[in-house]
Amino acid sequence: MIVQQRETVAAPDVADVAAEADAFVAALAQVAPRLGDVAANLERHLEIIAQAAGAGANIVVFPELSLTGYFLKDLVPDVALRIDSDEISRLAEACRDIDAVIGCVLETDDTRFHNASVYLSGGRVARVHAKVYLPTYGIFDEQRYLAAGDRFRAFDLTTPGANSRWRAGMLVCEDMWHPSAVSLLARQGVDVFLVPSASPGRGVLRGAALGTAHSYDAMTRTYAQLFTAYVVYCNRVGYEDGIAFWGGSRVVGPDGATVIEPAGADETIVYQRLEKTALRRARIAYPLLRDERHDVTDAETERILRRRTRD
Amino acid sequence: MSPTPRPSASSVDALEIDTAVVEELLCGFIHDEVHKVGFDSVVVGASGGVDSSLVVALACRALGAEHVYPVTMPYSTSSVQSEEDARAVCAQYGIEPEVENITDQIDAYFTRHPDAGLTRRGNKMARERMTILYDRSMAHGSLVLGTSNKTELLLGYGTLFGDMASALNPIGDLYKTQVYAMGGALGLPVRVLTKAPTADLWTGQSDEEELGLRYAIVDVVLFRLIDERRSRAEVVAMGFEAALVDDVMRRVRASQYKRRPPVIAKVSARTIDRDFRYPRDWGR
Repeated sequence: MIVQQRETVAAPDVADVAAEADAFVAALAQVAPRLGDVAANLERHLEIIAQAAGAGANIVVFPELSLTGYFLKDLVPDVALRIDSDEISRLAEACRDIDAVIGCVLETDDTRFHNASVYLSGGRVARVHAKVYLPTYGIFDEQRYLAAGDRFRAFDLTTPGANSRWRAGMLVCEDMWHPSAVSLLARQGVDVFLVPSASPGRGVLRGAALGTAHSYDAMTRTYAQLFTAYVVYCNRVGYEDGIAFWGGSRVVGPDGATVIEPAGADETIVYQRLEKTALRRARIAYPLLRDERHDVTDAETERILRRRTRD
Repeated sequence: MSPTPRPSASSVDALEIDTAVVEELLCGFIHDEVHKVGFDSVVVGASGGVDSSLVVALACRALGAEHVYPVTMPYSTSSVQSEEDARAVCAQYGIEPEVENITDQIDAYFTRHPDAGLTRRGNKMARERMTILYDRSMAHGSLVLGTSNKTELLLGYGTLFGDMASALNPIGDLYKTQVYAMGGALGLPVRVLTKAPTADLWTGQSDEEELGLRYAIVDVVLFRLIDERRSRAEVVAMGFEAALVDDVMRRVRASQYKRRPPVIAKVSARTIDRDFRYPRDWGR
């Protein structure tokens, strides 16, 4: 399949971005990985990274498990990579003029397998987020095969074009269904939530369009608005064993409005400029972060913990 | 005791689907799953009924009609109208079905087993048609598309390794009433959408008579029980007769074996489909 640039979204002008110190361009690589074929997916990543860099993007975000595909089952150990593997090194090496967030199965020294998002920057692995919430219900079976992560940590983007400090947090798909996860990241100061996803479409009753698409629409807009931050949501497309992934990758602005219309269900690369001025405007209009009562949250949490101890 | 209320008309609304979304989903499914395993065409048994007509229409839209090979396989007692209806659907896409009459081989077999009843004969015909579809698929280098809907699959109203056999089934998650909705949206011929559903295994056969159930009602009962996971008591409280609900639940349980691959006796450390679990689209 050929990745086509969306006609409605022109690739950005590199000079424009450089002139704006407080902006950077994100590319959302809405792809359909080949299930269990890391070598083929790796080549596609390298092509797209080069393409996005050539188009002037500063960071390219791939979907969840973009190197492997999603419904892996017993393939998990076969497709797992160590963080110092040749495959990850090749990807990191490709990320000198552009950053990337890629999805893979990471194997630890003690043979645990994480559903991980890896942030590559400056030719190296800059950050890893192991998915914390592994859905194991309905069509999902992640806890049978994978080990859960145990932390949500915000970090500084080192995106080449972002001259000012941008704070980011990664949430992999189901992580976002838990407001506590988003809240924990926001408390560490997040300007942009990077959300790789492999969300299957299900529920096609009238009025709901694809049921899951509706849920993600609500979540991405709500979190963006409540935490006055950008949400960069990159979902995959394609089918695995008859299950469709619905795409719909989008960027939602810090006022909760979708700044780029959700992509359809085809492979595509979507580009969007993220601007500090938009964050500033949103936080002046809705100073929710300023007003957040962390002291109340902490006091109440302590009280709940004390009571639990007594029980 | 107050009379049991009939299900209200609005209860059928629960099954209403966004036909445009479903069409996109199913055409994408056919295109993707056919192409990624190295094929570009499909074979479909076209009976002139709404299920196979919908599958023919979806396949033509997904792959282009020149990549769709419908096969009509009448028996001597099959209704002539069925074949005409199958032709009408194909004609909408500018194609003609191949016709493979199965009378000779079926009669040759049952000449030796004259005591066989209608069910045995019907099953034999369904399996004969399956072998023809798989042979045609080999001849054309195509995959066989299935035409069993969710109602039939859940009630077990199909022949194992007969009409239930296929490589890909685009409509197996649509209830019969949803198949009609899709057929209407895709503009299937009016006759196909309005005639009584029949497996056409013998003259005058009617699905609803044979099942003793009406699709419009049984689909809603199944939807409440299966999709919404409501309890028997909840579904009865919604106005469905307890006997009907029990009958539906019994049929679903009794036919579970038809929806599973054959049971394998476990001997080794890794047994197929128990602890050897790989996606079908492995490496695709």
